[in-house]
Amino acid sequence: MKYNNEHFEEVITPNVDKAGCETLDFYLKNENGYKALEKALKMKPAEVVDEVKKSNLRGRGGAGFPTGMKWSFMPANPVDANGNPKPKYLVCNADEGEPGTFKDRLIFTKTPHRMIEGMIIAGHAIASNKGFIYIRGEWFLEARLMQKAIDDAYKAGYLGKNILGSGFDYDLVIYKGAGAYICGEETALLNSLEGKRGEPRLKPPFPAQVGAYGMPSCVNNVETFAAVPYIIDKGWEKYAKMGTERSGGTRLLGVSGHVNKPGVYELPMNLSLLEVIEVAGGVKGGKLKAVIPGGASAPMLTAAECGVLTDYDSLAKAGTMAGSGGVIVMNDTVNIVEATYTLLKFYEHESCGQCSQCREGSHWLARMFKRILDGGGTQDDLDYIAKICGNMAGQTICAFADAVTGPALSSVRKFRAEFDEMILKGGLKGVGREESISHKMVGAHV
Amino acid sequence: MLSEKIKNTINGIRSQFPTEQALLLPLLHEIQNEQGWVSRESMKDAAEFLNLPLSKVREVTSFYTMYKLEPQGKVDVQICTNISCWLNGADKLVSCASKKLGIHAGETTADGKFTLSQVECLAACGTAPAMMINEDYHENLTEDSLLKLLDQCKSDVNAGKTVGKSSRKDGVWP
Repeated sequence: MKYNNEHFEEVITPNVDKAGCETLDFYLKNENGYKALEKALKMKPAEVVDEVKKSNLRGRGGAGFPTGMKWSFMPANPVDANGNPKPKYLVCNADEGEPGTFKDRLIFTKTPHRMIEGMIIAGHAIASNKGFIYIRGEWFLEARLMQKAIDDAYKAGYLGKNILGSGFDYDLVIYKGAGAYICGEETALLNSLEGKRGEPRLKPPFPAQVGAYGMPSCVNNVETFAAVPYIIDKGWEKYAKMGTERSGGTRLLGVSGHVNKPGVYELPMNLSLLEVIEVAGGVKGGKLKAVIPGGASAPMLTAAECGVLTDYDSLAKAGTMAGSGGVIVMNDTVNIVEATYTLLKFYEHESCGQCSQCREGSHWLARMFKRILDGGGTQDDLDYIAKICGNMAGQTICAFADAVTGPALSSVRKFRAEFDEMILKGGLKGVGREESISHKMVGAHV
Repeated sequence: MLSEKIKNTINGIRSQFPTEQALLLPLLHEIQNEQGWVSRESMKDAAEFLNLPLSKVREVTSFYTMYKLEPQGKVDVQICTNISCWLNGADKLVSCASKKLGIHAGETTADGKFTLSQVECLAACGTAPAMMINEDYHENLTEDSLLKLLDQCKSDVNAGKTVGKSSRKDGVWP
């Protein structure tokens, strides 16, 4: 009842503040650990898929695609050209790198077994015997913690041959990236997992047909897998009821920026963004100015728009997206042109460079914002920004180009007066601000 | 020449992956870790060891930012300057470290001990501002705590100790 949602309870994070919560022992004793796996292994794969479908679980990586449906796209008995059966792979996307997003890191360090259990259940559901966990390269500690959890699960018989006497075999292998934001895109991730450049693939074929190593594959986010044990254990109805009509369960929101208590909060989706900010201790250092509700790629909202609910559909209706749950809060000391440039130079650096619209577009956008900051901008630039964005979104192999236009377009549209002032008064100096040192050093980024 | 240790690590995980090329990222991680960068020579060794054309190796080393194509300082100070860290004073940290080390971001000190870089989002936005020193995360930084860390690193590196690899067992691959 705490959040005016009688069905709400914490699905993933009830115990993340307790000592030892990351251990197998704790998971078994206090969190009904691996009981859902036991139950799932007695169900038929199709029944597990059905349960997840009915729960309205949607992908927590950013796109919000219904998970059960994604699983059902996996072919039942794939064979190669000679009629021999092909293996199927399950892949966990732990390449968390969307600016403002840090929820998966919490799962990795505090409740890794929940994710492992979710993956084994998913493996059973799509009849796969092998899963890969693709972890961003910077997570040295996190990868080792996950490997320890996997080792413990093997020793206890939850991974390996004939799990819990069911006849089902399952292996989990960790793979590490090497510092590329684009590898969070699922087909770029698959290329990277094959030891190649992390460049997104043209679709079709979709990963369910041709995925990792040419085999049918299914890629899901860390949080998505971590929700699965609850759904199987408590039943789809309980999970679905917590959410809205079209998206079940809870969401992990990482609230950061100008708030008093930044952190990951597991919340029901019937809260407004303003309420979420209150949960995170309220705005610090000034009045609320703007919020990016779903990681850097989500178009920003003005303070006046923050009454919007945080479920997928409400945010989409408000012209933005739920994305990866990274809520970035900015107070009124922030200059939007500067803040947006911070994001655009990130995109400029991270574009994989395959498609010219994105490679050139992200570069041009960053340069134009910089020119405005430096005092060389004109009113025509603002129209030109919109034009460049129009030539990027929807024109490329993956959604990266669309993501770049999120902050670029929304900032100009919603905070036009700030751009006008900066252009009129001759850049940052003209409006009495100093240039950010991190904006000066173009090329110093790695 | 690849060290026996690296060869053993890679041979140890070979059966986990369906292709030889999949071993390229792990192999380059180990080379980076052992040598501090990935030289042209190492790329040839990697290509030979995995029986891949050299071009496949260079495609990969030129794509990922964690593979350094020139020697780095023993202590790689990587400060996140993306949005949440930027909102919480990452700029101050960059100037502070830059002043302390006497180099700009993107540079290495003349004695080869420190490299200062700005990095993109480390997924530690809730504990911003954040940075990495070699493999270790440091979060909720202030100028004071940053200076203390840098002093500690300096004395450790002068004493010949390994810096910023506190979660390590052996090698990189978990």
